[in-house]
Amino acid sequence: MAETKVLERKPLSLAERSNLPQIVSGLKTTVSHMFRKKVTLQYPEVRPTLPEGYRGVPTLVHDPHGREKCVSCQLCEFVCPPKAIRITPGEIDPEAETAHVEKAPKEFEIDMLRCIYCGLCEEVCPEEAIFLQDVYSMTGYSREEMVNNKEKLYELGGTLPDHHYKWDKKRAAEDAAKARGYAHS
Amino acid sequence: MAETNGSDTVTVYIDDEPVVVPKGITMIEAAEHVGKEIPHYCYHQKLSVVGNCRMCLVELGWPMKDRATGEPILEEDGSPKIGWGGKPGIACNQPVAEGIRMRTDSDLVRDCRHGVMEFLLVNHPLDCPICDQAGECKLQEYATEYGRGYSRFIEEKNPKPKRTVLGPRVILDDERCILCSRCVRFMQEIPGDDVLGFIDHGSYSTLTCYPGRELDSNYSLNTVDICPVGALTSRDFRFQMRVWFLKPVDSICTESSVGANTQVWAREGKIYRITPRQNDAVNDTWMTDSGRDLYKQVEAEDRLTTPFVRGIEATPVQALRETERLLRPSERVAVVASTHSSVEEQYFLRRIADRTGAQRYAVRHWGEEDGLLLSADRTPNTRGALLTGLLDELPKPDLRELGAAIDRGEIDTVLCIHEDPLACGLTVEQVRKVAWVRMATHASPADEHAFIALPSLTVFERSGTFINQQFRLQKFRAVVPGPAGLLTDLQQLASLNSLLEDGPVASVQPDHAWKELSAEPGPFAGLRFRTLPSEGVALDPGEHARHPFPERQSLKYEADSFLASLPAATTAS
Ligand code: SF4
Ligand code: SF4
Ligand code: SF4
Ligand code: SF4
Ligand code: FES
Repeated sequence: MAETKVLERKPLSLAERSNLPQIVSGLKTTVSHMFRKKVTLQYPEVRPTLPEGYRGVPTLVHDPHGREKCVSCQLCEFVCPPKAIRITPGEIDPEAETAHVEKAPKEFEIDMLRCIYCGLCEEVCPEEAIFLQDVYSMTGYSREEMVNNKEKLYELGGTLPDHHYKWDKKRAAEDAAKARGYAHS
Repeated sequence: MAETNGSDTVTVYIDDEPVVVPKGITMIEAAEHVGKEIPHYCYHQKLSVVGNCRMCLVELGWPMKDRATGEPILEEDGSPKIGWGGKPGIACNQPVAEGIRMRTDSDLVRDCRHGVMEFLLVNHPLDCPICDQAGECKLQEYATEYGRGYSRFIEEKNPKPKRTVLGPRVILDDERCILCSRCVRFMQEIPGDDVLGFIDHGSYSTLTCYPGRELDSNYSLNTVDICPVGALTSRDFRFQMRVWFLKPVDSICTESSVGANTQVWAREGKIYRITPRQNDAVNDTWMTDSGRDLYKQVEAEDRLTTPFVRGIEATPVQALRETERLLRPSERVAVVASTHSSVEEQYFLRRIADRTGAQRYAVRHWGEEDGLLLSADRTPNTRGALLTGLLDELPKPDLRELGAAIDRGEIDTVLCIHEDPLACGLTVEQVRKVAWVRMATHASPADEHAFIALPSLTVFERSGTFINQQFRLQKFRAVVPGPAGLLTDLQQLASLNSLLEDGPVASVQPDHAWKELSAEPGPFAGLRFRTLPSEGVALDPGEHARHPFPERQSLKYEADSFLASLPAATTAS
């Protein structure tokens, strides 16, 4: 066993005993922070700017012509890892202006207690109808309140630009063909 | 190389592998024999061959023969010289022949498939997200497996009518139709109702109904099943649920004594559709439209969901004990048996009837027969009631004989399975005169006068076996759970039997009944529910084949030839 080394303990100096140098150096740090750029926000009055590609609460969107883009293909329901999505598919009223799209969700629910914000629903959607946008704060007093229904999802989603107008083109072609009577003549 | 030896088989070579196959089939079927899929659209096992889609193009070669002498030409090593056709040929229309060769995976074949897929997709809409076929669409599957993988098409697509109502149950989307003519041939060849056809030419070709007609056959939904794409859709199933969420369970159609084999598709306890399951001895790959509607009884408004004793709600166990109390001392019991019950249920009802010395009654449900898959007996299991010994003659048209017995005061308790007494010729007074115990899935006006109501489960909620018109024993399995807290019919009858025998009441599954059924000598000897094959087994009907059954003719049954095919001893009268 090694021999125990005995260290000499020096008594505290007067300056040390007064604590003043410590207070001064601490205050220096504090005061220097007063003049730096702020890193905190007055949340919730002030909100942060979110980086590009931020994955917030999944939402449903309309196209600039006001058409609901989701056609209830249920691919997002299938792909969602925690099974947070629940869709009741439905048929569009044959009298409606978008009748040629044929399908739209009757009900669409996302359980935000289950959602893990993975973004797979946005990735898989063939109609570019579901997006994880910039809403990050979801609160509620009950489990039911934490389930976003179709109405809420569209309210959160709003309108996003459309690059294809696939269905509008489709209807234009259909109308033109109908005017010709479909058959050749 | 195998010689043609006058036997029923020939040897063909698929990708250089020799395969022995039966004569008379085609090369596409020979490939299936060895588990090789040749992609195809227009070919269907049960329909005539038209060879119009060209998806099944393969390279074919024949052993060459000397024209002058007819002698086979040999290679230097002594093997036969093969003459490969200059062009690819279709496998669906090429009968097998001795020594014929087929290449299913060469560069040329792959090129052909790329080309055919490209042509099919030229005018095909981008509808998969809204198309009911997605997930079971041959066009999707083959595009992935055999397609080029990218599109060279930049032109405008060709619009066609999209929501044509063909009939009460079928809608057509012409843009999705690949003009394979399966639906046309089905209507011609199976129901013999030549109502579908193509009009116009080239890219204008359109499927349509004969002028003034609609696709209203009771077999119309089979066209939806065999349509390889989403052109024909069922109006009932349309847009209800994506197929990849549904789980199929093997079942038997209860519409008639044909016993068509089916698959019932459900998700999370809800049934969405019924489709036929192939059984070449019973229904090939078809079923009726009316049989596909039967799942709606599960969620009907008038389901019986609570047991009642003298109009007061009870638990299933209380209701059974109350029933036992009625049956036990009585010597004047009648049972009204049902030919809707499974073999196992009928077996336990027979034991109850034996023990109580009950008089036995049953009502028949007969209708018009259509010669295909809807037979005259509209119940699935009349043969079961006979073979289990529950009944010794065919059910009667109504229950008037029971009514007369009640009027004479011979009966004081009736155990009635499934039937509605008021619809079978009994009066309210007659029902009220006795202690009426009714086990049924749905409410009837008679329940008001019944002493005890025992709710039971539909065919979709229980498991068991039926015996069809060909005396074929077939099994069905529970697809969805029944209403909370209810016991199966089998459990109720088995428990009642145990109570009457002072035996222990235990949980009963179909195989428990089979343990006892298979021990008795007779048609059931040695059979078990668990090991019963999914296509069923043909039973020996013995003397029972001689009852005057109403069925004459259906797709796979013909009364006279059926009788003639039985061993002489059983049919001699
Ligand atoms: S973000 Fe992920 S977990 Fe949330 S709904 Fe979409 S797929 Fe489901
Ligand atoms: S959001 Fe997109 S993926 Fe989900 S159902 Fe609607 S269309 Fe389909
Ligand atoms: S038929 Fe097949 S490929 Fe065509 S839209 Fe429907 S699912 Fe897609
Ligand atoms: S509707 Fe379907 S089955 Fe009929 S021809 Fe068109 S693709 Fe074939
Ligand atoms: S399957 Fe052979 S041509 Fe269509």
